[in-house]
Parts: sequence; C-alpha cells; structure tokens
Amino acid sequence: MSGRWLGRVNTMFRFGVALDPGAGGRLVRVAVLTYIGGLVLLPLAALTQHGLAGGLAALWESIQAPGARHALWLTLWTAGLMTLINALMGTATAWVLVRYRFSGRAMLSTLVDLPFAIPTLVTGVMLVILYGPRGLMGTWFHDLGIKIAFAPPGILLALLFVTLPFVVRAVEPVLLEQDPAEEEAARTLGAGSFTIFRSVLLPPLLPAILSGSVRSFARALAEFGSIVVVSGNIPYKTLTAPVFIFGEIEAGAPQSAAAVSLVLLLLAIVLTYAGRMLERLAGVRHV
Amino acid sequence: MSNKSLTSGQMVLVALVLGYLGLILILPLGAIAVRALDAGPGLLLEALTDPAAQEGLVLTLLLAGIALVANGLVGIGAALVLTRQRFYGQHLLDTLVDLPLAVSPVMTGLAFLLVFGQGGWLGSWLDSIGIKIGFAFPGLVLATLFVTFPFTVREVAYVLIELGTDEEEAAVTLGASSWQTFWLVTLPNIRYGLGYGLVLTLARALGEFGAVLVMGGAISGQTQTATTFIYNALEERQESAAYGMALLLAVISVLFLLALEWLKHQHKKGRLA
Amino acid sequence: MSIRVSHLNKRFGDFIAVNDVSLEVASGELVAFLGPSGSGKSTILRIIAGLEQADSGSVFFANQPADHLHARARGVGFVFQHYALFRHMTVANNIAFGLRVRGLGRSAQNRRVGELLDLMGLHGLGQRYPNQLSGGQRQRVALARALAPEPQVLLLDEPFGAVDARVREELRHWLRRLHDDVHITSIFVTHDQEEAFSVADKVIVINQGRVEQAASPAEILDHPATEFVARFIGEANVYDGIVQAGQIAVGKLHVPACGLPDGTSASAVLRFYDLKFWREEAGIARVIRTMTLGDRVKVEAVIDDGPVIYSQFPRRSSLLAGIEPGCRIQIEITLARLYPHGDLPLQ
Repeated sequence: MSGRWLGRVNTMFRFGVALDPGAGGRLVRVAVLTYIGGLVLLPLAALTQHGLAGGLAALWESIQAPGARHALWLTLWTAGLMTLINALMGTATAWVLVRYRFSGRAMLSTLVDLPFAIPTLVTGVMLVILYGPRGLMGTWFHDLGIKIAFAPPGILLALLFVTLPFVVRAVEPVLLEQDPAEEEAARTLGAGSFTIFRSVLLPPLLPAILSGSVRSFARALAEFGSIVVVSGNIPYKTLTAPVFIFGEIEAGAPQSAAAVSLVLLLLAIVLTYAGRMLERLAGVRHV
Repeated sequence: MSNKSLTSGQMVLVALVLGYLGLILILPLGAIAVRALDAGPGLLLEALTDPAAQEGLVLTLLLAGIALVANGLVGIGAALVLTRQRFYGQHLLDTLVDLPLAVSPVMTGLAFLLVFGQGGWLGSWLDSIGIKIGFAFPGLVLATLFVTFPFTVREVAYVLIELGTDEEEAAVTLGASSWQTFWLVTLPNIRYGLGYGLVLTLARALGEFGAVLVMGGAISGQTQTATTFIYNALEERQESAAYGMALLLAVISVLFLLALEWLKHQHKKGRLA
Repeated sequence: MSIRVSHLNKRFGDFIAVNDVSLEVASGELVAFLGPSGSGKSTILRIIAGLEQADSGSVFFANQPADHLHARARGVGFVFQHYALFRHMTVANNIAFGLRVRGLGRSAQNRRVGELLDLMGLHGLGQRYPNQLSGGQRQRVALARALAPEPQVLLLDEPFGAVDARVREELRHWLRRLHDDVHITSIFVTHDQEEAFSVADKVIVINQGRVEQAASPAEILDHPATEFVARFIGEANVYDGIVQAGQIAVGKLHVPACGLPDGTSASAVLRFYDLKFWREEAGIARVIRTMTLGDRVKVEAVIDDGPVIYSQFPRRSSLLAGIEPGCRIQIEITLARLYPHGDLPLQ
C-alpha cells in the first residue's frame, strides 16, 4: 500500500528541470493563485470573520439555539445514514459493473453519472412528483400511512440520489486494476469465499471506499437544492442545516447564518482534506 | 472475469444492485417522464414560450458560458500549476481547489454577500463607486464561478498525472519551447479530459440553485435563472411551469450525460497507445 | 562531439543517486552505462541531456561547459525507455516534430522524414499512429525522431528494455550498424551486460551512483577493477574469508592469496569458467547436479566442509567425462581474484 502511495507521489511530483516553467510558468501560477484567492479564499474568509465576529461565546450560543441545533443534527444523521448505505451499495454497484457481464450493463454504467449532470433542484422536483402527497406513488404510500416526501425518508432518498456516483466512481478504477490472479491464488491456497473477500479483495478497496464515502458525506452536508424542495422545511422536523442557513439569511439574521455556516465550513475543510489524502492512498482521483 | 453465465449468487447481487439503482435513480427519472407524457408536449412548450422562463433560461446560459470560458482557462492553468510545478503551499492549494465541492451553495451565496453585499467587507466602498454586485448580474457570475471552479481543474489534473511527463520531456529534447510543448503535445493529450471537465462545468452552472438564489435573490426579469424560476413557480403553486422547466433541464442533462460518456470512451481509446 | 562529465552529484531527498561521477566519452564513440537498476545511470544520462539538474559538478560538450544550456538548446537526441512517442501524432509527424518546432519548411520536413523512414526500415508506416505499431517499430520511430534534427549526441535510456528478447537482439545489431554508419557520439543505458558488451566500444560500469570501471569490454572482463565489477560481470563464485598461510580456506578448497598478508579479510571471486572440475574419488567436493544450458554445461558441487561451488564447461569438454550427480571431484583454480575488504585490490 505504501509503495503504491509513493509511486503516485513520484509520478505527481518527480520530473526534471527541463519542464521547469520559467518566468511564464510563474506568471501563470501567480494568476491562478490570485484567482483562487479572490474567488474561493476571500468569501470563505469573510464567512469565517462574520461567524466569529461576536466571539466564541456568541458563536456557541448561535449553534446551541434549538432551531440551529436540530437542523445540524438532522443534517448529520441523514448524511451519516446515507453514507453507510452508499458505501455498501456503491461498492456492490462498482463490483457488479466491473466484474459481471449482463445486458444493460453499459447503459447502467452511463446512468450512474446522471447525478453529476442533473440539477439538484430537478432531483427534488422528481422526488416530489413521485412521492409527494399527490404524487405517483405518494398517494399509495399515504394510504399505507408512510410519509416519504416532506419527511426524513425523502431527505435520505434525495441524498442517496445526488451522491450516488461518488463511491462507485472511486472504487471502479481500483477494481479494474485488481489482478484476478490474486483471487485465484487465494482460492488455490484453499481460502473460502468470505476469507478471499475479507483478506484479498477488501483491503486494497478500502481507501477507495473510504474516500468515496467521505466525499459523499461532505456533499450531503452541503446539499440544498433537492432538499429544499423535497423536505418541506418544517422547523424542528425536516429543516436541514443548509436550509436553516437559507432561512436565517431570508429572515435577515446573517449572524446566526454565518455561525451555522462556520460549523459546516470547518467540517467541509476537514472532509475535503481527508478525502484528498484517502484518494492519494487509493491511488485514484476522481470527482 | 467476463462470465457469460452468472452463478445464482452473482445473480442475486446483480438483482440487488439493479433494484437499488432502479429505486434511487431510475424511478425518479421515470416519474418526471411520466408526468411529461401525461401533460403532453405542451409542458415543454410552456417552459420555452413563457417570457419569464425564457429570460431565466437566457440568463442561465449566459452564466454557464462565462463559467465555461473563465474556469476552463483558469482550470487548465491551475491543473498545470498543480501537476507540473513545485512550490510551497501546494497541498493547501490542492485542498482549496476541492473545497467548493463541499461548501453548501447557500453558504457560498452568504459568503459573497458578506464580502460584496450591503454591510459586507467591500460593500460600502463598491456602493460609493456605484457598483452593485449582490442581487445583480456580477453576483450571479461570482456565485457560478465559485461552484463550478473545481471541475476542469480536477479532470485535467487527473489526466496530466496519468499522462506523466515523458512526452513533454521528449518534446523539450527535440527543441520545443514551453509554449510549443503545451500547444503541440500537452493540450492534444488532455483534450478529452478537458472536455469532460468542461461538460461538468456546464452541467453544474446550468443546475446551480442555492448560490444564485442567495446571491441574486431570484428577482424576475433581473436575477432569476432557470432553476430559481422553478423554485419561484413552485412557491407560487404554478406547478406546470415548474415541471416544464424541470423537464427541460432534465432533458439537457441527459444530453450532458451522453457527452460525458462519449468523452470517457474517447479518452480510454486514446490511452490504449 | 565529445562529452565530459566532472564531479557530478545528485540527490533525491535522502537518496544519493549520483556520487561524484566523472567520465569522458570521445567524439564518435558508442558507450554503454552498465549497472543494476537504481544505480544512478539513468540519472547521469538525464543530467547530460539537461532533463535533470545536478546538485554540483559540470557537463562539457566538446570541452565547452553546457550546464547553463537548457535541454532544448543542447542539441541532444534522447530516446526514452518507454518510447515517449506523441500518441496523438502519426509516425511521420512524430519524426518531423523536432524539425517543425525549429520552423523548417514543409517540404524539407517531408524529405528528412522520408530519409529516416527508409534508414529505419519503417517504409510505408508514416501515416500510422504509435498504437498501431509493434514494440520494435515504436522504438525505431523513437530513434528516428531523436535523429531527425541531426543531433551531435544521441542518448538512449534503456532503449531495448521494453521489447521482447528476439526483437531486442535485432535492435542491438541495428543500433551498432546505425552507429557505424552515422558516427554520432552515443551513450546508452542498460542493465544487461550482454547488451553492453555486444554493442558498445566502451563500457562504464556504475553502481550506487559511482563509476566502478570505465574500459573496453575485454578489459572489463579480463581485469575487473573492483570487487563489484568482478561479481557483477560474468558469473562467479564469491567467498569471504581471512588470509592464513597465504591462502583463504573455503572448506577443503584453498584459494591462493598471493601477495596479501595473513590476517587480511578479503573476498575471493572465482569465475565459473576459471575453474576446472574432474572426476576423482580422492577429490574435495561432491557433484549435486549438472545443468545443460545450450552449448554449455553448468556443474553444481558442494565443497567438503564448505559451501556450494559452480563451474561451467563447453558441452563437448573432456573434463565432463564421468561427471554425474553424486560423484567425487577434484577442483583446480585457473584464476582467482582477491579483493581485500575496504581497500583496493592487489593484482
């Protein structure tokens, strides 16, 4: 594993002096850094400054306000549950797409990328059409006494939709690289299916599964467009943190919005960094 | 590896995955298709003829075009800087490039308002020289650029790493300048990766909602984009207008999806060399 | 154009890739850098080409310092280990690249490309793409591309490493013939001794970033300058011991240590072909097995109270008469080389 890691770092950062960018290259670097500084760093710095403007005590108070606390908690647990399902089903999906041949496989593989292409707001609309009180299946579930849209299950379905590609696309390249001979070797040594899975197949996949999961989790904490439509935004029930922030902005309370934002921003930074490290460990890199 | 006939255990796994994807992905997509068929072509037509919808669509296309050009150019530059240069703070830059993927669009809008809006860092100064960014077109541009920034960089950087530096070094030993090396060797080699990143940029720009909602306020005729048009229509219970536009965007995103697949295929083909 | 390298050093982090290397290549010479992988030979080549910058030391082309010259200005043709062909360009465009970036006219480009395609035996392949060629063809395209701008120096990094054994053999002859025709100063890097000895005028043996020996192939075979060269070149038995009574005892086998004082710790290097075995019941070793390797036979034996020893004979040698697994043999050393530890060899 560490060998692979080093290999990746080498290809990334070892090249000779002949490709030294010179003055032109340094100019490009300064331009790029300025662009990112102005576009990404500056607004996030403003957000941080406003979040901390009232001091740490005020920040804590804003987060501890019942509405904020509930929204953060709802976001965390739905994202967490989604991540678990995604890790499991994403790995299974990648496995089936890489290892098995069946009709419709190519189309399925294409469809997995759909969430990258479709606006999240449209995802929300689709889910409401399907599960809303007057929706195609919503009426049916309503009769059974199950509420999906405007309830946590709807949030979960929306999150599962928008994060579907992350684990699949992280695991796929590693599976493609895996040498079936390793599996065969284990089988000739008398290992059972479960032992092979646990000790031969899983370990090299783990960093990829984790990196995909971390990315899904981070993406879920940030999700707004699909949820604002499907969750119903009922305070203390289905109001997630991003929607809470939106509400506070609308209500003219940027202080409280910035405070909850700061918590999410901190999580985003940690998760992005962790995701990047795990990708490096897995030797893959993909959106 | 490519088993023609699957064992029963494998069949169960395939069925499980198919069921899952069906539930999560295909069912919702089918729902909007059914709704569209129910309503007939009028639904799409409505989205295309309603003047407010048209304005929103034009604005969104304009924003997507700006993001495509700006983040395409800067994206290539940033990917080259990340993979072909060594400098202090490289890892920080690496993380910063990915960050917009994990920041909630709502927070993006808020963050820009806190810089450029009323009471923001630069708000009063911008006000004094008569430039309006929040709740105006420039604000929408900034929000769109922020959320679409990572795509080109990531895809191009990925291809550049995969490509290695051999061909570029070969070009240099043959006497090529940095510019010739980039133009004649690097750029042709990254073209499909670049295309992939650009399509993702377009898709994200077209679909962006939270950031442009907060930053622009979705003022009809001024800052209302395609997605915020849907949102406003839903709020006002004009469901057919909302569904029409949603359907239109869904159709466009399926086109994007096909483009992505084609680019991926071309890239794989080229890599077999 | 002659090449001179003086006191070159290069580190990658903690790893010392090149350690105070000085060497010279005469104008028109074909030289091999021979060494195990990771010995720094490729790094030296890349420093000469300007692809890598030395931490200290200098490179001279025709006695003019070249350190300040960028790789693109050195006029060096470089052939990369994995071809590094431009995969999106046709063979003809690959070969023309060096001319194109110099602003040469279309017709002049085409003329030179035609010449090189003929010279390289690639006639009719100009419009193919690299992925439509065999490994050997790709390597020849890489060579043609490097030669197109008429460089003064040709550097080849493990040029035949990525092709299979038969094609490799063919390409070697090919490189030698090409060099005899064009007479361009050439250096190629290899870890394959046979390749180095069969192609090069001069071989420079490199190990752990240092030059071990620079000499003609025959000189290196007959007079290895260091223990490393003696061990690395040809097949040899190596025994460590301490000199006592003018010899080193390897079990019952006594290796003469002429000239080394008693008590010296040294390595004895016995080439397979510098040993004679013959069947004798009163001998000092027992044969374990014999291996027939084409026109030669390798014999493995165990010295009484000692380690395993190998020797090698021509298939029809009279010495092989009666040698079979289990038999007793006598051993004669025709030539032994001793390398005292931590000091230069006395020969």
